[in-house]
Amino acid sequence: MASGDVRLATARGKVQHHGSERSWESYRDLLLVLVQKELKVRYNNKVLGYLWSIANPLSSALIYYIAFKVFMRVQIEDYPLVLISGVFPWQWFTNAVGSSTGLFVGNSSIIKKVNFPKQIVPLSGGLNHLIHYIVSIPVILLFLFIFHKSPTLSWLYGFPILLTIQFIMVYGISLLLASLNVFLRDLERLVGIVLHFVFYITPILYPLENLPKRFRDALYLNPVAPLMVSWRELILQGKLDPMNLGVSLGYALLFFAIGYWVYRKLSWKFAEVI
Amino acid sequence: MRETVREPVISFQNVSKSYAFYRQITGIKNFAFNLHRSLASIKNAQYEALRDISFDVYKGENFGIIGHNGAGKSTALGLIAGVLEPTRGRVVVRGRISPLLALGAGFHPELTGRENIILNGVLMGLTRREIMKKMDEIIDFAELGEFIDSPIRVYSRGMLARLGFAVVASLDPEILLIDEILGVGDIRFQKKCQEKMLSFKESGVTLLLVTHSIASIAKLCDRALWIEDHVVRMIGDPYEIAEQYCKAAGVEVDLGVPTKGELSTTSL
Repeated sequence: MASGDVRLATARGKVQHHGSERSWESYRDLLLVLVQKELKVRYNNKVLGYLWSIANPLSSALIYYIAFKVFMRVQIEDYPLVLISGVFPWQWFTNAVGSSTGLFVGNSSIIKKVNFPKQIVPLSGGLNHLIHYIVSIPVILLFLFIFHKSPTLSWLYGFPILLTIQFIMVYGISLLLASLNVFLRDLERLVGIVLHFVFYITPILYPLENLPKRFRDALYLNPVAPLMVSWRELILQGKLDPMNLGVSLGYALLFFAIGYWVYRKLSWKFAEVI
Repeated sequence: MRETVREPVISFQNVSKSYAFYRQITGIKNFAFNLHRSLASIKNAQYEALRDISFDVYKGENFGIIGHNGAGKSTALGLIAGVLEPTRGRVVVRGRISPLLALGAGFHPELTGRENIILNGVLMGLTRREIMKKMDEIIDFAELGEFIDSPIRVYSRGMLARLGFAVVASLDPEILLIDEILGVGDIRFQKKCQEKMLSFKESGVTLLLVTHSIASIAKLCDRALWIEDHVVRMIGDPYEIAEQYCKAAGVEVDLGVPTKGELSTTSL
């Protein structure tokens, strides 16, 4: 009997070698087809599909407006804009992360039978949510114009930078949660609770300025807060704070590293439990 | 004789596969509250699905695996497909694996038959170019007519089975894994599938068939492996194994002895 590590290494090497003999082209095609699949299913009826993808953040913003502005009468300047610039990026984040737990479990019939690069599933999911967000940007613009504001030149580089940071963060978290959820199936409930919690401690419903000073220092402890603050500053004032960007990017890369590491550790066990 | 000259495309060398019982860790709540027991159960409580299995499958062979429920057949298939890793021993596979998926797996109900062919193909590791080249052949073989451009949620089970088989059979399989899915589709299509499987021999496709149907084993396979209680019970001639298997189960099954001579002469 060979010792544990040796047989694992040899057996893994052999089996894995042939499963991953895919060409670059086949990887690309797999990603394209998976992204296309979701888009087709969602936008099959183009108008309705588009309406659905903006209805969610829009209706959330409307509800918050009624609750906080109309009923509770908070005194915040241009509150609809504050809401739109916070709720839209947040919806991208929360939809992507909230649905990520089911990504591997939901594809169990394939994962059990086919050795394919499974990390592409969260990647295509993440790209889809990215696309949904991008197509909702015109709605943000519309609100800016209604309130007699206009986008600045800094959007040209600001949007790509923030899109990239948030995409990396979402992909990392998705990989992590999708992998863990294969083993711990009630993770999705916990994720729902945590997202709810993060939503309220992040400056989304309120601007950063309304946060008492002593809490503002703790903002960097919340991984999404600097990112959400950056989105609002970019959309409403056309500025990007390097400190916020740096911290956001740091968190994004950290999540990506953790997510990938956990995925690598666990992916070989998926077919056993799924 | 030929086995000694040819290199096997699938080789199991003293392969054992144990599963941990993941029973205790059905969720974070349970895991956290029974942390000690959960960890111990992962380390200690192992279920041995295969014990010291060795066999070789050669290029172009139709190889059958038979055994009772829970004997370890699907584990063997998972090891070949590369979705499981052995606990001990070595699994060597040379060639691209095309698994025939369970009905509707790897398909999306809202996409058309045509779109699903591409989806299934890329999951198996082919490029879109390769799939498009075979598209007409697949549609033709699946006999779906104008349904090919309808979403597959409207397909019948038979149509899904035809589409599934057509995709794996047409996309230049090297090693084809079939796990107990021959029962669907009408008799005529089943016959067509069997003919296709027999024709693989000429094109050098290796076929691995896992089934409860000893008739299929006897009819389609050159060699067979009988797994019982997680170990190899017998390996070799499919007729002999089918006979012994029936005897052990205490069931009499007509293997169609006249066709035996017929088939074995043609396959020689």
